Amino acid sequence: MRPLSILLSIVFLALAVLSVQYLSLDLMRFFAPDSHKQMLAYIVSFFPPDLSSEYLSRIAKGTVETLAISAIGTGLAAIFGLLLALPTAGRLGAILRAIARFFLNFLRSVPELVWAAIMVLAAGLGPFAGTLALAAHTTGVLGRLFGETLENTPPEPALALLHSGSPRMAAFMYGTFPGIFPQLVSYTLYRWENNIRMATILGFVGAGGLGQMLYFSLSLFQQQQAFTVILAMLFLVAIVDAISAWLRGRYIE
Amino acid sequence: MLLAQPLRDPAALHRVALTIIILLLLWPGLHLAEFNPAVLFETNNRRIMSQFVSSFFPLNLSPDFLKLLWKSTLETLALATAGTALAMFIAFPAALIVARSLSISRIGPGPGRWIGQVIRIPVRWILIVLRSIPEIVWALLFVRAVGLGPAAGVLAIAITYSGMLGKVYSEILESCDTRPARALLESGSGRLAAFSYGILPGALHELVSYSVYRWECAVRASVIMGFVGAGGLGQLMELSMRMLNGGEVSTILLTFLLLVLLADAASAILRKALE
Repeated sequence: MRPLSILLSIVFLALAVLSVQYLSLDLMRFFAPDSHKQMLAYIVSFFPPDLSSEYLSRIAKGTVETLAISAIGTGLAAIFGLLLALPTAGRLGAILRAIARFFLNFLRSVPELVWAAIMVLAAGLGPFAGTLALAAHTTGVLGRLFGETLENTPPEPALALLHSGSPRMAAFMYGTFPGIFPQLVSYTLYRWENNIRMATILGFVGAGGLGQMLYFSLSLFQQQQAFTVILAMLFLVAIVDAISAWLRGRYIE
Repeated sequence: MLLAQPLRDPAALHRVALTIIILLLLWPGLHLAEFNPAVLFETNNRRIMSQFVSSFFPLNLSPDFLKLLWKSTLETLALATAGTALAMFIAFPAALIVARSLSISRIGPGPGRWIGQVIRIPVRWILIVLRSIPEIVWALLFVRAVGLGPAAGVLAIAITYSGMLGKVYSEILESCDTRPARALLESGSGRLAAFSYGILPGALHELVSYSVYRWECAVRASVIMGFVGAGGLGQLMELSMRMLNGGEVSTILLTFLLLVLLADAASAILRKALE
């Protein structure tokens, strides 16, 4: 199959050249001495980052806000996802199953940032819009994952309870739920990790957190402050990555 | 009651405690996130939203708008393709530098050992920095530097994806069968020759397959990046949203979903064919 790889590479290169032409990109423009100097000046204007204690305390507030947005958004999504997982797994009939699947697919296929732009209209500027946006998209993701977990879980414990006369709700809570709970928690934590990363950039459309600070400072040409925000974003994501890797290594396997 | 002991839920204490702990932890978060569902039902917000959503249908299918939509869709595709191509141009040499399987000094104590390290480590760090800043942040920075439009998007994708591709390419070069390259290196061939004849034939599939996957990601990312003004469908959607033109927004949203679906399918088919 090597010819296919080579053919693909050639087609891709041709498409790339066409694309550059279509966009009328003048890539050489960036290397012209004049814009070279401008670019350099722009880069230099980011240094040094603003590390005054006053600004750092605002950064800390923005970071905590970002964490709060992601945590509440994921929490809401876990609740709604669980509620929707029941119909999705076909426990409430075929019609509801189809409706729930469609609804979850819709929630999931609209990206977080688009949700954020819509939620800013619904709830006004600020972190609440970001929370709702994350909740909407993540409900779509978690609902589907929870539904699949529910479908794959062995039915015997719940059946045993049902056959010995316990009500359906109790059979679910004591027969099914304990079995799927660890999986649900692990999915939720995984999405939370993802959402922390997402919450840092949702602010670009006005949905609060570090992203909004970055957007403001760049709009006001305060590059040094902007650099601090970018550093904070990197720091936050690096810490989350490290914690999640540590937890994974410790509790999984 | 047949049982001597009253029926008690054995798991109740545990569950209630867990719930309370989680709620206590989330409580300050609710304040910080300005959690207040009542905002959604304020007359003003409700009026704007209901107007906006009710104007989603019918879709805006006027020829003028469709022409604009077509142009933006092409722009999005071109942006993703050009960005990915540029990223490959940066990533490929970087991967050749970083890949340990092509290190001559690793075979034995050669004279170039420390030079290799001096070059390899900074390149690895640069790749990490490039990919750890999200593409939309790069896009925002470039929009301020080179102005609104697809150029910022192309550069943003090129930068972020060169970091990712560089890392993955070098991993592929290290994880595939490296014995032919090693044999070549040990018998005195240069790094480039060892790569072309020893590694590339075996790794080409995987390299192309991953690049196709990244292209698919780039299509998705380029739509998002438009929201900060980096051209394509996203920029169009941002404008329509700002004007609260629901018909346009829903049409663009549908186009976007279709585009992502198609890119997904195209990439899946290509990667399947490569296996």
